[in-house]
Amino acid sequence: MIDVKLSALAAGNAEQWKIFLVSRLPRLLAILCTGVGMSTAGLIMQQLCMNKFVSPTTGATISSAQLGILLALIFMPQSTLWSRAVFAFVTAILGTWIFVWFIQRIRFKDAVMVPLVGIMFGNVVGGITNYLAYQYEMTQALSSWLVGHFSLVMRGRYEIVYLVVPMVILAFVFANHFNIVGMGKDFSKNLGVHYNLVLFAGLTIAAMITASVVVVVGAISYIGLIVPNIVAMFKGDKIRGTLADTALFGAIFVLVCDMIGRVVIHPYELPIELVVGILGSMIFIGLLLYRLKHGRRSVRLQAASDSGCGAAASRAAVSQGGGESS
Amino acid sequence: MFIKEITKKYDGKAVVDSVSFEIPKGKVLSLIGPNGAGKSTVMGIISRLIARDAGIVDFKGQDIGKWKSRELSKKLAILTQSNHIQMKLTVSELVAFGRFPYSGGRLTKEDEKIVDQAIAYMELEEFRDRFIDELSGGQRQRAYIAMVIAQDTEYILLDEPTNNLDIYHATNMMKTVRKLCDELGKTVVLVLHEINYAAFYSDYICAFADGKIARFGTVEEVMTRENLSEIYQVDFEIQMVKGKPLAIYY
Repeated sequence: MIDVKLSALAAGNAEQWKIFLVSRLPRLLAILCTGVGMSTAGLIMQQLCMNKFVSPTTGATISSAQLGILLALIFMPQSTLWSRAVFAFVTAILGTWIFVWFIQRIRFKDAVMVPLVGIMFGNVVGGITNYLAYQYEMTQALSSWLVGHFSLVMRGRYEIVYLVVPMVILAFVFANHFNIVGMGKDFSKNLGVHYNLVLFAGLTIAAMITASVVVVVGAISYIGLIVPNIVAMFKGDKIRGTLADTALFGAIFVLVCDMIGRVVIHPYELPIELVVGILGSMIFIGLLLYRLKHGRRSVRLQAASDSGCGAAASRAAVSQGGGESS
Repeated sequence: MFIKEITKKYDGKAVVDSVSFEIPKGKVLSLIGPNGAGKSTVMGIISRLIARDAGIVDFKGQDIGKWKSRELSKKLAILTQSNHIQMKLTVSELVAFGRFPYSGGRLTKEDEKIVDQAIAYMELEEFRDRFIDELSGGQRQRAYIAMVIAQDTEYILLDEPTNNLDIYHATNMMKTVRKLCDELGKTVVLVLHEINYAAFYSDYICAFADGKIARFGTVEEVMTRENLSEIYQVDFEIQMVKGKPLAIYY
């Protein structure tokens, strides 16, 4: 572990600059791209599937990307980062499409069934991946992608994660399309939006983002699930209005988790997946409990202390309780 | 707009069987009939939400399937009952979606003006920044109508707009439908279960039974004891209230 000091950088120390540019800066950029990408991918998937519990983790996108990486390792042992990425893109897109095609066919009555089916599907894909890895003695090589971590992020082997940036911009451009598709097929048709085209294009964007993150840092769960949900609690579901907040919050979340991971057992570091997993699952449970208690009612930032507003809010909560049971 | 011999089959059984009629322009037309008579399916077909197996849906001289989706959505709006959306959008955000066919989501000054007018027309100003999932059923339905108004189409199709509303809100909804026609000059087609709403607030009634048109005509022509008894297989009495024939059934 080499310390990079600000003063040395300022003094123009070539050795220090090299470390900074080869390892430290790429790591920071990878962290930011990961946070922005995974939370945006989660936001898109949740909107398009009309389900708040769908995310790259619970929609089998991550496990499909991992399968792609393994296939690349098996069939192209000399594969570069880029060729592995291509494999991961294809499988992640296919996996997500199959999942969504499936849930559209079945039309579950209960919203919780959708992520459960996704988790099951993800585990089936993961099982295939493990089986193949075992057969071809790739288990060790694969492990790097099973648990996400930033310790191998260095110049020359992370740049693909930049793909997140144009993808997020694309998502912003089509934000209103995604919103409308999220309102359902009839609603989309009424407004002249091609439902299936936008649905699968949006899923493709989410899958590409996820795959480019998984190829570089490995699987990172929960971000795509929690971050959009927390932001939506405060800011609603209009994607144009929440995308920037979601991306920013995702980046900060991953950055903080990375710092925790590096500090806890200093001078070693915990993989990011571990920290995000622990923190994320706790927040997720908190979110579920909050939902149970308050329903889908939004958290208002402005003070709702005056009695009139409070009464209106509780009335809304009552009427909503009735609505949700139907 | 007219439809000719449209047919829709599910599993070989015709739920809509060679139905033809013309939609009178600038009037309110109600589609009524018992459950399973095919009225909602007909509505789905004329609004391009449901694919038909045979027949023609002619809209302004061109088959509805040949219209560009975006162009059609500037002329014809459909509101279905499947709009129980769990999404957190504010009323003004929802109404702004009505302008999507015109501006693709980037609202111009004029779009914003139209959105404001639509919100004002439905008396939703005080709710404009509230999330739709926090509103009561009646308020939410009004928000959707405001969106359709912002969509600014000549034709408005409403699939059971009074469903799940209490008497107060359902009656207000029907008054709104009347206003859409009388004040804004819209052609409104609606599917209704409550025949007295159809009788009191519409100009024409199209009654379905077994996938076919049982009666089509003005309210007075359709709302007779014999017609209704035949369509619904229940005893009816007709009473004139404010010059409209209302049905009493028991």
